Amino acid sequence: MLELRNISFSVDSEKGKKEILKDVSLTIDDNKFIAITGPNGGGKSTLAKIMMGIEKPTSGQIIFNGTDITDMSITERANMGMSFAFQQPVRFKGIKVKDIIKLAAKDNLSTAGICDYLSEVGLCARDYINRDVDGSLSGGELKRIEIATVLARNTELSIFDEPEAGIDLWSFKNLIKVFEKMHKEKEQTIIIISHQERILNIADEIVVIADGTFRAKGKKDDILPELLKGTGGCKFYND
Amino acid sequence: MDEIQKSLLEEIAGLHEVPAGAYNIRANGGMAGRNTTANIDIVTKEDKQGIDIIIKPGTKKESIHIPVIISESGLTEMVYNDFYIGEDSDVVIVAGCGIHNGGDKKSQHDGIHSFFVGKNAKVKYVEKHYGKGEGTGERIMNPTTIIEIDEGGYMELETVQIKGVDSTDRVTKATLKEGAKLVVGEKLMTHGSQYARTAFEVDLNGESSSAKVVSRSVAKDESSQIFLAKINGNNKCVGHSECDAIIMDNAKISAIPEINANDLNAELIHEAAIGKIAGEQLLKLMTLGLTEEEAEAHIVNGFLK
Ligand SMILES: Nc1ncnc2c1ncn2[C@@H]1O[C@H](COP(=O)(O)OP(=O)(O)OP(=O)(O)O)[C@@H](O)[C@H]1O
Ligand SMILES: [Mg+2]
Repeated sequence: MLELRNISFSVDSEKGKKEILKDVSLTIDDNKFIAITGPNGGGKSTLAKIMMGIEKPTSGQIIFNGTDITDMSITERANMGMSFAFQQPVRFKGIKVKDIIKLAAKDNLSTAGICDYLSEVGLCARDYINRDVDGSLSGGELKRIEIATVLARNTELSIFDEPEAGIDLWSFKNLIKVFEKMHKEKEQTIIIISHQERILNIADEIVVIADGTFRAKGKKDDILPELLKGTGGCKFYND
Repeated sequence: MDEIQKSLLEEIAGLHEVPAGAYNIRANGGMAGRNTTANIDIVTKEDKQGIDIIIKPGTKKESIHIPVIISESGLTEMVYNDFYIGEDSDVVIVAGCGIHNGGDKKSQHDGIHSFFVGKNAKVKYVEKHYGKGEGTGERIMNPTTIIEIDEGGYMELETVQIKGVDSTDRVTKATLKEGAKLVVGEKLMTHGSQYARTAFEVDLNGESSSAKVVSRSVAKDESSQIFLAKINGNNKCVGHSECDAIIMDNAKISAIPEINANDLNAELIHEAAIGKIAGEQLLKLMTLGLTEEEAEAHIVNGFLK
């Protein structure tokens, strides 16, 4: 499905070149539910943005369903079947919740259709469809709308960057069900960046990224115990 | 009325046929249609171009359409319209000017609109400006709006200029008495080498009067815009001006807000922000499969909606 080959990414800062990702290689198979975890600032969001084309790698290749997409734009990747939920949802002046869900769904969605996606993320649709996607929505509301745009796209591959952040506990349970449905019923591939044990628990495989490098990939039984020893003694975090 | 005139009429007033209620249609400098009602009279001025619109006190839920269309290249006109909004009335006035210039001479419509809003009257004034035509002749509109609101009166002014006007110099002056309220919403987009200047001056003279002036604009290509808003708080009052602009390409935008408090209890605020489209907004819409150009169009349309 998705293959990253020797991905490196660096930016120019005042102190010279800063390496954010170093030679990361990773293969994600069809219909897998992958959780990417690791310490803050480790490079997870950067890696996800590189998958979607929001950032261009300094070197390396990205292969999606057998096609080299390294030089393809975000739009092309989106139309090939990739979706992306931002860690920090974007705000718009004058674009309504229903507008953005319609754009995501790419067809003339009825109000009922829009409402279905909103209720999946636990929003009472009637109260929201005509509101602007702007600062008047709370952080958690924006986050859920962001997730709803990805649901509405209904693509082969969905990447979520910390979808649980800012979502209350009750909704979080339902959110997990949503991810499981995408994965099991619709047989879509899901990549979720997360620090949440409950998400790591339901993933087929966990990938650990720390300090800009690939540290490990494996079943939760192999990876979780190491992670849960705490940052102090975790071999993935510290070596 | 020919097809060009009909399409202008639809563009500026959303009209497919003659409107219900009172109306006065001005086409190429002459009267192309008029209807008055029991409560609303429209009278042609004797001494100069223009009309008087007289709304009887207590008139409720009536609308007046007064579109102006110009389809003749090279026509220049100066029109004076006076609106007398009777006490306790509640009406909607839809104005607008559409110029189709198919020739190489400039077409220009200048208008001075004076509003006398009576005690406790409520009026909404909607004005849309639009230009088109394959000719090289300039399309120019310079509207001046003078507003006097009596005690407890309310006026809402909604102006839109989205396309095709090459040059505009818009002046709006208002004076408010006790308890009067003015709300202005302006939407403006300039492109090509267009120029737009818009200046507001509001005198909050009466106790507990209030004004809110909000402008949202987009400047594209080589166009330029100047926004001026001056609010004078001369009594216990509340005034708020806001200019929010998106700049694109090689455009230029200036926002010059001025607030003057001449009374201890005047509360005045101005906000002005100019910036390009946020990169992350484009990125988000591109992840939904839109091209960069489509994303840009959606953001601009939403902003001006
Ligand atoms: N454009 C940039 N310029 C400079 N530094 C950057 C840039 N983008 C990311 N970084 C840095 O790269 C590192 C990795 O950032 P990234 O956002 O990928 O981390 P993360 O693993 O997602 O962290 P978190 O768990 O906190 O979300 C951080 O130190 C960050 O400050
Ligand atoms: Mg992150």
